[in-house]
Amino acid sequence: MAHYFDIIFRSLFIENLPLSFFLGMCTFLAISKKVKSAVGLGAAVLVLMLITVPINNLLLNKVLKAGALAWAGQPNIDLTFLGLLTYIGIIAAIVQILEMVLDRFIPALYNTLGIFLPLLTVNCAILGGTLFMVERDLAFGESVAYGFGAGGGFFLAVVLLAGIREKLEYADPPAGLHGLGVTFISAGLIALAFMGLAGF
Amino acid sequence: MDDRKRDLLLRSIIERNPIALLVLGICSALAVTSQMTTAFVMFICVTLVVAFSSLTISIVRYQIPNSVRIGIQITVIATLVILVDQFLKAFYFDLSKQLSIYVGLIITNCIVMGRAEGFAMSNPPVNSFLDGIGNGLGYGFVLMFVAFIRELFGSGSLFGWEIFQLTTNGGWYERNGFLLLPVSAFFLIAILIWFLRTIDPVQQEKA
Repeated sequence: MAHYFDIIFRSLFIENLPLSFFLGMCTFLAISKKVKSAVGLGAAVLVLMLITVPINNLLLNKVLKAGALAWAGQPNIDLTFLGLLTYIGIIAAIVQILEMVLDRFIPALYNTLGIFLPLLTVNCAILGGTLFMVERDLAFGESVAYGFGAGGGFFLAVVLLAGIREKLEYADPPAGLHGLGVTFISAGLIALAFMGLAGF
Repeated sequence: MDDRKRDLLLRSIIERNPIALLVLGICSALAVTSQMTTAFVMFICVTLVVAFSSLTISIVRYQIPNSVRIGIQITVIATLVILVDQFLKAFYFDLSKQLSIYVGLIITNCIVMGRAEGFAMSNPPVNSFLDGIGNGLGYGFVLMFVAFIRELFGSGSLFGWEIFQLTTNGGWYERNGFLLLPVSAFFLIAILIWFLRTIDPVQQEKA
């Protein structure tokens, strides 16, 4: 149990995807003007990570890895080179399915998350989560914990940044820094604060 | 080369820089810039992928059904990225380990998708190819700028060659550890954006 908690805590604070690996930056910067929409985006990322990371983990261990197809009587096949293409395919498919399911059964949630879901197909944080899972060779249970922690970390970071940007509306920076420039600096300061958790 | 083509190639470097103006493809821009070498390799990889994906998509643009175009674009891009990734793994294994997941993440680099969707789908192949190279150059410009400062002042070297002799080697330069932290890239890009928007005020955002 402590092992899973360790993975969650690590991915939530210390190895926060947007703040220490800069993943999902485009959406992170584009949809953090208002706290309300940031919460919607963060929740969408969290849900999607929680589903895609474990599924891609199964795919890797049961189909793609060298010798993984032994259950189908093909122990000599190594399909790892197809990894990138299948992961992105799985992510795109899950986004689509999730959108339809939400629309049909939980319309209230669809209205909050709906507009963000299609965006997330090409979000580096989602694919990044899967690729880190592959690189660290996590087992299935660990990949669930990692998906939760990494998605939660994105949620945390984007809501924090949105809170700061709402206040920044009233600030008066130099003209060239207005908007994007100041946002970058605030994101940098949040990232610095998060580094404290790693014990620097 | 006529004016239009030259314009396509060069406008993305300063005027329409994909990172500074359009806020695309920042993820990898920040992560691989602590050394010039990794930044340069990343620049080459992205330029190749964006140029050839634009070329391919532009060639088949009349055959792509509108409803599944995103899927087709991603498939083309992912295939090119797999080629690049396998090439690095085969011939430059150390570099590929250092770049870790960021090569794979070129797939979701918004610059590549953005050019495929926004330019290649509605323009002829040669122009799309040039536009792809141009955007790769714009991306590379920001990457090399950030990496230059981070490596020179952070480790006292460029491309791994020692420029300032470090105090740890009996020299005079005390390295600035802050620049080696990922965080410093945020501030450097903010400064670069400030600079670009001061010399070209059209890019400034309205209050």
